[in-house]
Amino acid sequence: MGKQRVKFTFVSNMVKEPVIYNLGRDFKIITNIRRADVQENMGWVVLELDGEEDEIQRGLNWVSSTGVRVDPVSGDVIDG
Amino acid sequence: MAFVNGLRCRECGREFPAEALNVCDFCFGPLEVEYDYATISEVISRDKISKGPISIWRYEDLLPSDGDDPVDIMAGYTPLIKARGLGKRLGLNNLYIKNDSVNPSFSFKDRVVSVAATKAVEFGFETLACASTGNLACSVAAHAARAQIDAVVFIPSDLEKGKIIGAAIYNPTLVSVKGTYDEVNRLCSEIADNYPWAFVNINMRPYYAEGSKTLGYEVAEQLGWRLPDHVVIPTASGAMFTKIWKGFNEFACLGLLDGVEPMSFGIDQNTAHHPAVTTRMHMTQAAGCSPIATAWNAGQTLVKPVRPNSIAKSLAIGNPADGIYALRVINNSNGSAYAVPEEDIVDGIKLLAETEGIFTETAGGVVMSGLKNLADSGAIKPDELTVVYITGNGLKTQEAVEGVVDPLMIKPTMTSFEEQLSLRQSR
Repeated sequence: MGKQRVKFTFVSNMVKEPVIYNLGRDFKIITNIRRADVQENMGWVVLELDGEEDEIQRGLNWVSSTGVRVDPVSGDVIDG
Repeated sequence: MAFVNGLRCRECGREFPAEALNVCDFCFGPLEVEYDYATISEVISRDKISKGPISIWRYEDLLPSDGDDPVDIMAGYTPLIKARGLGKRLGLNNLYIKNDSVNPSFSFKDRVVSVAATKAVEFGFETLACASTGNLACSVAAHAARAQIDAVVFIPSDLEKGKIIGAAIYNPTLVSVKGTYDEVNRLCSEIADNYPWAFVNINMRPYYAEGSKTLGYEVAEQLGWRLPDHVVIPTASGAMFTKIWKGFNEFACLGLLDGVEPMSFGIDQNTAHHPAVTTRMHMTQAAGCSPIATAWNAGQTLVKPVRPNSIAKSLAIGNPADGIYALRVINNSNGSAYAVPEEDIVDGIKLLAETEGIFTETAGGVVMSGLKNLADSGAIKPDELTVVYITGNGLKTQEAVEGVVDPLMIKPTMTSFEEQLSLRQSR
């Protein structure tokens, strides 16, 4: 078992989709939302995922395939 | 001697010790350095600063270093130049250039890395690392050499040759990743969790970012302890943009500016805004990667990530971590954000070179074209005191301006020379 901190960014057509619900339902992953800001046309959610490492990776691959952007939280993208 | 209380979450306000941390355990928000400004106000003075080293460490009271032996390759205290030629071309009579392209590794990154490297050594790390769009790799490798510790730098494989060589010369472990900078950063986040390395822009990030404040301090000091009416800044993540604003407000709140009374920083130090700080903060991004400018122009409070496609690779960060904070600074300062068309970037580089004799990289071309837009639109009035930040050196991105090479090709005779000269002058 392991934990991973991630940020999902949703654009307009995905804001209304229950992506996090589906992630918990279809994969053996416990989702724990820590912070979020969801507006009409876009939004983001920061959450912790708990599960087997391979299962988390499969789940994140599925999330990415829906068009939701997935970023790590521990390494926020800053100037390089 | 650092006057640091610890780290504080920018989102939920939770406090943490001053360790190698960058994310709040509770809400996963970014951590920022929290200072003991009451004590700082008792020891800091213009006189003390003026007698300090000719580097960013003249402001050591406002930087998070615990010792008195920073990893210093003499970053900072770069020239602030009255731009007469450029000003005349743009109709601006009171224009200055903060030329940070002359730092030891030729970009402003030396400021932030000097602070991060100093903290890394204090924490006992033996390897300094980074995910980089180029300039940071050069600076990390140089500072690691100075500190005599190992360096591992990760870059996207499509980086400009000048930046690759500029990093490799210091003999780091150079890792070229087939992917965008955002993908390099994702990979480095995983590596940072598994290796005991000081990643300057990941686990050292709260300290690293503080180095950019010195860009604000120096401009204030070099202008005679006053602030400009406008600043124009190239922007990628928004971190430097927000820290320059923080630097202006720290100086004001500590009473270091001419005619400005000290003021309390309040509960959230990072949002302190002294009413005497009226500088308008103008952000410039390249159109091929302009998530913050796009959000500002659409009136949005969220920043939608983009996939970068710009020749300004040092600004090509598609998911800017400080984007929302930068938007707040623009709003609080009555500033602006402008996405410079890609085709105008090289023109901006040439404009600065031909009017001021300064050769900047593509990010400098972005800021020059942004400045021109502000001048042409009347957003900056002719006599307003304006500072434009040039943050990187043109020798690193020569590919972008290869087209300028157009010599007179002659035989070694006077006749040939005069023939070709005549032809050129009749063009």
